[in-house]
Amino acid sequence: MSLTSHDIDRLAQLSRLQFDPPAAERLLGQLNGFFQIVEQMRAVDTSGVVPMAHPVDAMQGLTKAIADADELGVTLRLREDLVSEPNQREANQRSAPAVERGLFLVPKVIE
Amino acid sequence: MGDLHNKSVAQLAAMLKNKEVSAVEVATRFLARMGGNPHNAFLDIHSEVTLAQAQASDDKIAAGTAGPLEGVPIAHKDIFVTKDFVTTAGSKILQDYRSPFDATVVTRLRDAGMVTLGKLNCDEFAMGSANENSAYEAVTNPWNATRIPGGSSGGSAAAVAARLTPAATGTDTGGSIRQPAAFCGITGIKPTYGRASRYGMVAFASSLDQAGPMARSAEDCAWLLSAMCGPDLDRDSTSLNVAKEDFSLGLMQPLQGVRVGLPNEFFGEGLSGDVRRAIDAALKQLQTQGAKLVPIALPRTELSIPVYYIIAPAEASSNLSRFDGVKFGHRAKEFSDLADMYEKTRSEAFGDEVKRRIMIGAYVLSHGYYDAYYLQAQKIRRMIADDFQQAFSQCDVIAGPVAPTTAWKLGDKSDDPLANYLADIFTLPASLAGLPGMSLPVGFGENGMPVGMQLIGNYLQETKLLNVAHQYQLHTDHHLKTPGDVA
Amino acid sequence: MNSPLVHGYEVVIGFETHAQLSTQSKIFSRASTAFGAEPNTQACAVDLALPGTLPVMNKGAVERAIELGLALGSHIAERSVFARKNYFYPDLPKGYQISQFEIPVVQGGAVSFFLGDEKKTVRLVRAHLEEDAGKSLHEDFIGQSGIDLNRAGTPLLEIVTEPDMRSGEEAVAYAKELHKIVTWIGICDGNMQEGSFRCDANVSVRKPGAPLGTRREIKNLNSFKFMQQAIDYEVSWQIEQIEDGHAIQQATVLFNPDTGETRAMRTKEDAADYRYFPDPDLPPLVISREWVERVRSEMAELPRVMAERFVMQYGLPEYDAAQLTQSKTVAAYFEAVAEACGQAKLASNWIMGEVSRRLNASEMTFEQTPVSAAQLAALIGRITDDTISNNAARQVFDALWTSTSNDVTVAITGVGAVGAVSEVDAIIEAKGLKQMNDTSALEAIIDEVLAANPKNVEEFKAGNAKALNGLVGPIMKASKGKANPAQVNALLLKKLS
Repeated sequence: MSLTSHDIDRLAQLSRLQFDPPAAERLLGQLNGFFQIVEQMRAVDTSGVVPMAHPVDAMQGLTKAIADADELGVTLRLREDLVSEPNQREANQRSAPAVERGLFLVPKVIE
Repeated sequence: MGDLHNKSVAQLAAMLKNKEVSAVEVATRFLARMGGNPHNAFLDIHSEVTLAQAQASDDKIAAGTAGPLEGVPIAHKDIFVTKDFVTTAGSKILQDYRSPFDATVVTRLRDAGMVTLGKLNCDEFAMGSANENSAYEAVTNPWNATRIPGGSSGGSAAAVAARLTPAATGTDTGGSIRQPAAFCGITGIKPTYGRASRYGMVAFASSLDQAGPMARSAEDCAWLLSAMCGPDLDRDSTSLNVAKEDFSLGLMQPLQGVRVGLPNEFFGEGLSGDVRRAIDAALKQLQTQGAKLVPIALPRTELSIPVYYIIAPAEASSNLSRFDGVKFGHRAKEFSDLADMYEKTRSEAFGDEVKRRIMIGAYVLSHGYYDAYYLQAQKIRRMIADDFQQAFSQCDVIAGPVAPTTAWKLGDKSDDPLANYLADIFTLPASLAGLPGMSLPVGFGENGMPVGMQLIGNYLQETKLLNVAHQYQLHTDHHLKTPGDVA
Repeated sequence: MNSPLVHGYEVVIGFETHAQLSTQSKIFSRASTAFGAEPNTQACAVDLALPGTLPVMNKGAVERAIELGLALGSHIAERSVFARKNYFYPDLPKGYQISQFEIPVVQGGAVSFFLGDEKKTVRLVRAHLEEDAGKSLHEDFIGQSGIDLNRAGTPLLEIVTEPDMRSGEEAVAYAKELHKIVTWIGICDGNMQEGSFRCDANVSVRKPGAPLGTRREIKNLNSFKFMQQAIDYEVSWQIEQIEDGHAIQQATVLFNPDTGETRAMRTKEDAADYRYFPDPDLPPLVISREWVERVRSEMAELPRVMAERFVMQYGLPEYDAAQLTQSKTVAAYFEAVAEACGQAKLASNWIMGEVSRRLNASEMTFEQTPVSAAQLAALIGRITDDTISNNAARQVFDALWTSTSNDVTVAITGVGAVGAVSEVDAIIEAKGLKQMNDTSALEAIIDEVLAANPKNVEEFKAGNAKALNGLVGPIMKASKGKANPAQVNALLLKKLS
């Protein structure tokens, strides 16, 4: 599966990145080189294998150390519905590029 | 007092506790050594903050309320956010960024009494194996300034090796603690995924990132790791709910009967001769101490490269979307509209490697490619994790090289991203499986550059790893060696 | 299938509704969700996506998803997964929204309601949990927008239907029913002006029997009033386009209430590639069957169940039952009145009639009604026992309504049943509204009127039944309105036969 410059344009757009033509071309070469290595991975037979999105998934067998899988954190922990974050607007906006009257300013958003 | 900088964390903690030296004196000594920023190791230093922390430690020692590591200095990889120091993650996009909160790991170490010397240089967003991807100068290897220190925790490794700090925090996503530790002749450990809180770690690849200590010995690492780890259930949903452990309790277990597994895939043709010799010598040493060497197989070792370099960039491409010039960080000065602002901001402030990985990530998650790439990679990831379980049925720890060679020269691979990726082959598998792994110095290779040996343990087996390493270090002195120009 | 075709075209509508959940804190952070705070004072580090922040799930949001699933008869997934939906927008701090993609928490289900007197059922595809984005403000800034992230992270349930609706009217009825359900069970405050309940309508047209047409999505329909207008306009527009030979392009459109038109938004070419993948920061959500059962046992009676009970228990028509289960307040009021006076149908008539009329006219809500259930029950009691006529009852009701001695809380709880009866009697007495039930006095009046109107008597006896009306009037007048109309009729007929 070889990438084309059209792919580079599309991916750059999706990622909000700009590349000048020489950089785009260099990138295309590097990515195609990279994906050649990836090809060997695609050929592997993975039928019946459950994907592993969370490493903690693989720790289910640790029954000696842990009482049960849910306690370990294999499933999502839920917190009580309580408010405990105070207003820290000033500290939070200390590194903001543009702020006015507490609002983050950006170039006009056109719907 | 003269060689305070050569003391280990354990030694300094004892000296401070016994009031042989004050925290302010210790901090002052290290701050002086950091002057001129040798090896470009540091990115932010504020001596007044450091000395204030040291003074507070001295007060606690005097009051008898000292923590286990009271007054011992530490420096943090610039991936950990800190209130009192700038956090850049090695990137221009976070130039001058001041976080309103501290990373949990930073807080835990401060609570144990440690004094922060500053923030350490690293590859941008922890993406790299040579610390040449930092937006703020490449870090050099204290053993040879023409060579790389390794990455992405290059600043951390160099600082410890050059005795600018007795200890440092690092992060390891694909080997970024183990490999620079090996290249700089120090000891470093990445714990089981989920042991150390990721809250406050600038995210690179969420299912792989882990914090860990880097220091001069396994014993030091054990103390530090114990302070760093522990559940952070309120802030990190991937934090393991396992009780805080003291990893130093098992250090003195004898090696008699410990089965050390050697994956044949780790000792193939790609491994350079000098590294092989140093590792072989270390394995022999373990044998004389009673360990049994067992051949094992990790058949999908090579696949770990494409699998990692699909999963990590995929997660990174999403994690880095928050850097948009809206709420914090860099914003381009000139732009025509919102879309242009986004593009200019990100393009001018992200480095080439970061952009490359974002593009790879966007591609493998794209509609139409997701199944063939991302999903396939996550499936093979599980198979790799299963392979390790198979291996651990035959051995207690796995040993092998950290990298195929010793540290290469600056600039040698900076134009060849692929070459960098391929050199990660030995560290990636444990990262993908979420297993704990460490590196300890076992000798020197060509050009007098350090060689590190990797130990990989099963889930939650950090005590075992540190035990094996410590026992080895009791009978060898590679970890006590210092780079020639460092007194 | 009763739905009307429009110029020969069948209208096909599906809805996506975003309901803000009534939790105190956000879905993934501990900041407050309260409406109306100063900009960015309720946006903590996690909401702002500051480097190093991570999401932690709010149990209250999950519980409300379970409640919705139970209310709609859906399947509640034992295991569901959170996914990242990646796109760039200033009100989306992380550059991705945490949502659910392949495996949502609620699957299937249905919403039933009446359209006129026809029962309709709209099937649900799914409902999933996700986080709300912030807001962009444009007014005060020239060439710039101000971003307020207070709303970012508020929990949402996105409720998606099959394209089962066949008219704008039906769509609005569906939306109103869903709105009633989510507010009834208390998972959403339903405040559409504040953005708590936002609807997007997917609209397409086709000739009957043809495959589905290309749909356009009307976004942000936040009032029932404009909802139908927008959909009807869009339908006409699409039909006109097709008749003119133009194909419909898939698009997102906005309704402009001032012009009454829908207009396509600026198209974003790659908007569709959200690159969904499971969020590595959040392990899968597991909901045990025990938890579901516990929630089920603690839930209040659902509106459709209550409506069915009203039909069974009180013998009410389905239509009445549906009306009376518009809200918990109305239903409770009805039951209090019905229990107290034993006249369910009359209670229903009065509530759907006089009470509703007066509330609408004064722009009051049911929570504010000044006539207590006890008072209305007492009033109905005095009608049933013939103390007063219907006409007189309206006057008494009037007096109860406007009396300033009424306490609002008393109105709903109906405290003081005995007090209510004496209150009603006092008004009847004061206004002299008591019906004359004494037949001898009435007969005397009737005899007088008969004597005074011989012509009507003749005409009636000749076979003209309507001539009776000419007699009833004077009788009622002579009795000063106090005659019992039923008695008057009975006595007249007796005397004239």
